[in-house]
Amino acid sequence: MSAEDGGEESSRMAIGISFGNSYSSIAYTVDDKAEVIANEDGDRQIPSILSYVSGEEFHGNQAKAQIVRNPRNTIAYFRDFLGKPFSEIDPTACHASAHPVEHDGGKTVAFSVLEKEDSDEKSTLTVSEVTTRHLRRLKQSASDYQGKDVNAAVITVPSDFSDSQKAALTEAAKNAEIEVLQFISEPIAALLAHDAKVQLSDAPAAPQDQIVLVADLGATRSDVAVVASRGGIYTTLATAHDYELGGANLDKVLIEYAAKEFLKKNKNASDPRTNDRSLAKLTLEAEAVKKALSLGQSANFSIESLSDGIDFTLSVNRSRFEMLANKVLASFTRLIESAVQKADLDALDIGTLLISGGTAHMPKVASNFQSHFPESTTVIAPSTSPTAINPSELTARGAAIQASLISGFEQSDISENTEAVVTVTPHLQNAIGLVTGKAGSEHFSVIVDAETPVPVRRTAQIAVKDGGDVLLTLAEGVREIQVTKDEKPAANGTHSDDDEDEDDEPEETREKVWKAGKQLAEAGLRGIKKGGKVEIQVDVAVDLSVTLVCREVGGKGGVRGTVEAGKVEQNGKA
Amino acid sequence: MATIQIKAALPSLPDGWSAEKDFKPVGSLSQPTSRAIEPVGPHFLAHARRKRHKRTFSEDERIQASQTVKKTEDEDAGEISETEDPMMLQREAKDWKQQDHYAVLGLSKYRWRATEEQIKKAHRKKVLKHHPDKKAASGKDENDNFFKCIQRATDILQDPVKRRQFDSVDEAADKEPPSKKDIQKKPGNFYKLMGPVFEAEGRFSKKQPVPLLGGAEASKEQVEEFYNFWYSFDSWRTFEYLDEDVPDDNENRDQKRHVERKNNNARKKRKVEDTQRLRQLLDSTMTQDERIKKFRQEGNKQKNAKKAEKEAAEKAAKDDAEKKKAEDERLAKEKEVADKAAKEEGKKAKDAAKNAAKKNKRVIRGAVKDGGYFAEGTAGPKDIDAALKDADEMIAKLDNEEVAALSAKLQGKTEKGAIKGVFQEEAKRLVEGGKAKDGEYKSLA
Ligand SMILES: Nc1ncnc2c1ncn2[C@@H]1O[C@H](COP(=O)(O)OP(=O)(O)O)[C@@H](O)[C@H]1O
Ligand SMILES: [Mg+2]
Repeated sequence: MSAEDGGEESSRMAIGISFGNSYSSIAYTVDDKAEVIANEDGDRQIPSILSYVSGEEFHGNQAKAQIVRNPRNTIAYFRDFLGKPFSEIDPTACHASAHPVEHDGGKTVAFSVLEKEDSDEKSTLTVSEVTTRHLRRLKQSASDYQGKDVNAAVITVPSDFSDSQKAALTEAAKNAEIEVLQFISEPIAALLAHDAKVQLSDAPAAPQDQIVLVADLGATRSDVAVVASRGGIYTTLATAHDYELGGANLDKVLIEYAAKEFLKKNKNASDPRTNDRSLAKLTLEAEAVKKALSLGQSANFSIESLSDGIDFTLSVNRSRFEMLANKVLASFTRLIESAVQKADLDALDIGTLLISGGTAHMPKVASNFQSHFPESTTVIAPSTSPTAINPSELTARGAAIQASLISGFEQSDISENTEAVVTVTPHLQNAIGLVTGKAGSEHFSVIVDAETPVPVRRTAQIAVKDGGDVLLTLAEGVREIQVTKDEKPAANGTHSDDDEDEDDEPEETREKVWKAGKQLAEAGLRGIKKGGKVEIQVDVAVDLSVTLVCREVGGKGGVRGTVEAGKVEQNGKA
Repeated sequence: MATIQIKAALPSLPDGWSAEKDFKPVGSLSQPTSRAIEPVGPHFLAHARRKRHKRTFSEDERIQASQTVKKTEDEDAGEISETEDPMMLQREAKDWKQQDHYAVLGLSKYRWRATEEQIKKAHRKKVLKHHPDKKAASGKDENDNFFKCIQRATDILQDPVKRRQFDSVDEAADKEPPSKKDIQKKPGNFYKLMGPVFEAEGRFSKKQPVPLLGGAEASKEQVEEFYNFWYSFDSWRTFEYLDEDVPDDNENRDQKRHVERKNNNARKKRKVEDTQRLRQLLDSTMTQDERIKKFRQEGNKQKNAKKAEKEAAEKAAKDDAEKKKAEDERLAKEKEVADKAAKEEGKKAKDAAKNAAKKNKRVIRGAVKDGGYFAEGTAGPKDIDAALKDADEMIAKLDNEEVAALSAKLQGKTEKGAIKGVFQEEAKRLVEGGKAKDGEYKSLA
């Protein structure tokens, strides 16, 4: 398992690849820090697009520009077709570029494009072949940058990527001479990159135990994962997907707006939305305007010969855009809400909301999430957290970190690590902690949270102000959501009667409270000094036995005991 | 992991708490949830190392581990699979107002009950099947009319406001109230046939959940709650969906305003009619509701029972009073008799005592005579007088008992000295008791 006996390290040069349906990124690590590599055009977000113009292959942004002039020979949004039969693909995103066609009797998908200079004959490029070509270009950019031949990668894929999709991607990568070390899911990659950054900075050392909601908002789809993060180990509790929601919906809002404004100004011109070329121009410009509005308060459409040879300029300010985008923004919020529900949790349980993907740049996306979640939830996005990693780079960086961790391992070791035998682990159903406070007004203080995989060890300290003999009661705890209705101050007369707002129900305060449940053990600690401190260590073994060690900090001796798993019930002793 | 700092106070050890080595196990952990951790990051690698060193990778374990894991990705919901009516597939997209949006998405069985997630999934399924680019690519009919129908249906059903407007007039979700005849056909029919009517009607309620009709065994409270709720039904139903199209061009402002006004009035009228419709439905439901009759009868029965009870109680009270009066009278009479008897008795005793006293006094006076009037030798008239006088004065100081005692002492005494001795003794007793003065009875000196 070590690098020495693997002997593969010398020949292995691994990077991280974020292979998105619309954009891809490549990253590597230097001194434990992940960096995203720019391609020869200087782009770090490289459109996952290939275009064939007189026998030449264009890639990335250059290929994207071809959607206007050469749409039928430009292949875009193909990732999600990999490893799927034709009947199961959604071709919507490809409407403006080459259309996917049935291949191999419908078992796979292909594109039919004119790729050769000296022939009028169209070639059929399978999705696998297109992917290989795309990965080859990425690999080339990385190799050029590194000055060494890159031959291995950790690749990020959506959390719901099926085994057949993974198999197809492995195959396509192999054809591009890339060894896939491991596939990791996009939200987890993003979280790994975020946590790695937190760890490097001088802020809190280790990742806290908390529930993190990762919202990956791309161009054509949005994926959400609710993750229990426990001492740096991640467990996905629930996911939610929307395959028709993403940045493209925001582009559409601007397209509609711009088209209407154009028609207002040019009453007799034809609608740019009805002409493929005009629509393609408008689409490209809308995306650029949208991105500019993430930074500035206003941005301009400027399109030469949009329709009927008429040039078009239009200034859009951010608040107008946000207003127009309201419905799309509400859908994002509903999606993350549904993920929280699926995980059987409450918004109050979410400690951090990490927004990943290009659409995370839009300030209103982040502020909407923040206002939907309680103040205790930290929203990580460029507009809410100045130290946030560029959300477009999160997944690639996460992949690079994972690549650096495992590139010395043998393939068989890596794949055994991903087997259920290793990954499937018992997780605590309830939290474990101390019953504190005086009798009658007990509280529960968490030491090990629920959904923590075992084995686990946690240490806690508690001050004993008055010293003396103390009782430590170890118990399971259950979190409850306490709702209290605040009485609203009597309505002031200024309220107009005719507004039919139904929000005049009393405001609610929602709080997360812990209730002690099943008791596990009692321990008595005697003779604590005045102003002393007690340290409690809780160890849960794989067999679910719990060992409690408590002692006075700086003192001698202490109490130690083990509660066997299930033993007490069997004996019937209480 | 950093040390957790708990900000709370520990209770002190209760008096008498003790345990072996100061540790007492109480209960074991609850059953854990089996989940897959993500094979990512440095902390996972440490976990994997620990786990792999302790375990062997038998095929059995592999299978077991993958079977017990809790799934986080949903399996495809295969429930949305209605056969598509060929007529529906021929629909013109521009007639969207007449389109059954739920049927288009294959959700006819769910209608207003369909969740957002179901709509999303249903739409996805239809897109994958009917996308025009796909049809074109495989050389089929390039008509994208039905695809547009799908988009329109989704657009409406995914927008909460538009969806309500459609749901408001979604006749396919309505449940026609049954005829009276149908209800009377079989005993349980009322609940069986009317229940679903209110279930369907309940979709319009702002307040959810709505109380349902229930069955024959429903309690009075439940039935009352049902009718109270429905008689003050707060409905979100609106009728925009039936609006006449407002002309879109700016030219015809008056025409536009006219249509808008017409639409507004039509909406209001429909709303009023709808409220009346519901009220009539409720009225007729209530008149047919056997439970209402039952409760009324029960109510009457109860009232009657109460009345009877009250009367009985009143009668009992009256009887009691009479009995008491009779008893009192009887007691009074008895007492009267007893008193009279006691009085007579008392009189007799008194008379007897008087007679006894008289007799005793006579004995005492006789004794004075028998004692020779206490004089030495033969008593002269003076002696007699003094002795009698002293004896009378002495008797006057004695109560009946003392008289009796004195007479008893004198009884049978004939010797003069002894008689005098008794009298002297008595005089002495009186003097000692403070009833007479020393030397008061001169004749006895
Ligand atoms: N600065 C920005 N502001 C707003 N949207 C952005 C910005 N940068 C990228 N995007 C949008 O993010 C989407 C791409 O997301 P990304 O996560 O990079 O790709 P993918 O869809 O492949 O996951 C596109 O819709 C793009 O327009
Ligand atoms: Mg993405």
